[in-house]
Amino acid sequence: MVLLSLALKSLRNRLLVSALTVLSIALSVTLLVGVENVRAGVRDSFAGTIRGTDLIVGARGGTMQVLMSTVFGMATPAGGITMGTYEQWKAHPAIKWTIPYSLGDSHRGFRVIGTTSEFFEHYRFRNERVTFAEGGAPTGDTDVAIGHDVAQRLGYRMGQKIVVAHGTGGVTFSEHQAHPFTVVGIIARTFTPIDRALYVTLAGIEAMHELEESGGAAPAAPPAGATAPGGAPLVMPGASGPPAGATAPGGAPLVMPGSSGPPAQAAPPPPPPAPKKPAHGEEGHEHVDGDEHDHDDEHAHGDDEAEHDHDDDKITAFFVGTQTRLETLRLQREMNDDTREPLTAIVPGVALAELWQGVGNAEVGLKVVAFFTVLIGLAGMLVSLYSSLEARRREMAILRAVGARPSTIVALLVLESGVLAVLGAALGVALVYAGLSLAQGPVEDRFGLLIPIRALGSTEWMYLALIVIAGFLVGLVPAWKAYRSSLVDGLSPRT
Amino acid sequence: MSTIHADAPAIRLADVRFGYRPGQQVLDIPALEIARGARVFLYGPSGSGKTTLLGLIAGVLAGGTGRVEVLGTDLARLGGSARDAFRAQHLGYIFQMFNLIPYLSVRDNILLPTRLDAQRAARLRGQSPAQAATELAEGLDILSLLDQPVTELSVGQQQRVAAARALIGYPELVVADEPTSALDADRREAFLRLLFASCERVGATLVFVSHDQALAPLFSQRVSLPDINRAARPAAA
Repeated sequence: MVLLSLALKSLRNRLLVSALTVLSIALSVTLLVGVENVRAGVRDSFAGTIRGTDLIVGARGGTMQVLMSTVFGMATPAGGITMGTYEQWKAHPAIKWTIPYSLGDSHRGFRVIGTTSEFFEHYRFRNERVTFAEGGAPTGDTDVAIGHDVAQRLGYRMGQKIVVAHGTGGVTFSEHQAHPFTVVGIIARTFTPIDRALYVTLAGIEAMHELEESGGAAPAAPPAGATAPGGAPLVMPGASGPPAGATAPGGAPLVMPGSSGPPAQAAPPPPPPAPKKPAHGEEGHEHVDGDEHDHDDEHAHGDDEAEHDHDDDKITAFFVGTQTRLETLRLQREMNDDTREPLTAIVPGVALAELWQGVGNAEVGLKVVAFFTVLIGLAGMLVSLYSSLEARRREMAILRAVGARPSTIVALLVLESGVLAVLGAALGVALVYAGLSLAQGPVEDRFGLLIPIRALGSTEWMYLALIVIAGFLVGLVPAWKAYRSSLVDGLSPRT
Repeated sequence: MSTIHADAPAIRLADVRFGYRPGQQVLDIPALEIARGARVFLYGPSGSGKTTLLGLIAGVLAGGTGRVEVLGTDLARLGGSARDAFRAQHLGYIFQMFNLIPYLSVRDNILLPTRLDAQRAARLRGQSPAQAATELAEGLDILSLLDQPVTELSVGQQQRVAAARALIGYPELVVADEPTSALDADRREAFLRLLFASCERVGATLVFVSHDQALAPLFSQRVSLPDINRAARPAAA
């Protein structure tokens, strides 16, 4: 205790240098711990972009393509999935719920997603469900619910009429002027890509495209689309975006879900889904009609060219929740082996982790830089302690004269550098949290990125412990010099 | 290990030879004895080995030959940390100048020996450290300075604080290495009178080193280092 009080008083005596040393260590600790803390936070929030979904199924393509196009709204989907195939899988006994996803349209640079109420019911991010700041889910085919960012940037309120354009990514080909949507819901902020999307019903997508095909000739069409979504899609060329349109005339229509017959490994071909339907919620009903129709079409397929167009009634992807998690991998294999229609089923958790690994390299680079700044901070402390020694030889001689052993001198100097390191680490952590709480708001507003303020993780604690230990060890260098010179000087330093 | 022989002289040197490097000889003292309770004036010009002799007596230097007995204990036979402990317990030391730790108050400077060494603290004869410091400060006329930062003291005040620190805990031996060289003549005598009185009160033997022979008459015993140190004679002559 005596030594600690001596060390503290000695440091306070050199207040400016001590403060600067503490500050330099603190800043490096801020960088190291801050990078780690933010990295872990962003990783968690990234991994939480989608939760609860066991599989994401898209047209045959790369894992990243499916993930990026569905969850992140980047990249172009590889193609579409016919409603027939979707309905058959939906009825698969291992599947608990599905969410259809229809992409390919946009509104002023924001994606428009066609889905059903199942989305609002089953989709989870960070274990939360999608909720509304105002209004509710779209039900009618002119209803649209908009994400937080969409509402903010475009200044949309409830009741706003909007027109959806065909195509995504800012390059829009045509606008569906004849089928305006009305904002019926504003989704509460999620800090996921949901904030930057608009959600309409599948029926809405269909009605919109149908109208476009007919050149707006029939103003009476919207209600028709709403009531008979299954019947309408006869004329739907690009419903699920350009790529879908390109592939549709090719192989897809020929490979009818029912006709190809399940290969041996493709376990029970889904039974007719009819009996399950009623259980699927209000909005599902609307869809049920379409499903039934599709099914009918299957039986009738090959009769007519017009019937083939029916297969263009596609969705881009669907999300799957399984009855039991254990079945996920088997189901994934089954879907990937589907010979009726080439599908790619991905496990979102695995795909997200894969994606994060790509980001991880940058993370390692950042960490290396942070480590070096800590080294620089400690080196600065070494320099300041070492260079102060010359001026303190007198002090050491006095301590020796009053009975301090050389080991006491060593302990004093090690304690001083240790104290500086501890103060630096503490200040650094304080700076991390001050910085986080200051930056959180602006970063949220500017980038829509949620930086969670979290407690220090074990990695951060380990870093702090290492820094403090290193601080004590660094003190051994000046301590050794002081020890040597105190032996040589004795009680008469050559001042 | 540092047993004190009450009847032994304060300092007894026998055939002490010491050099910092092999072949070099700074000290060569056949015999020197300083009685308990004496006030010794140790005179020597620069280069006569004063500092080296004090280093040996204080137990900071070691490695020569012969016997360096302090209070009956042969320091040459003690290990380094035992010598440190011995010094902490039985010795007070006053430097020529810059005696004080700059970041401690006057009081903390005086109390430093008792804080660094529990044995020294145990020698306060029933006084609390604060009482002991106050009493010494009173005797040395620095009572009003106790709570001041040492950086605000004059040189004379600093030396009195150093004396108080050397005397706390009733050391048997106080070694003063030209403590008055930075003082003017009036203050020199005043300081010495206070120092003598305090040493007497504490019962300490005082070894006072100086090159200023004007002070010599004030002491009870005078030792000329060039006379007893054979290694210094050629240089002195």
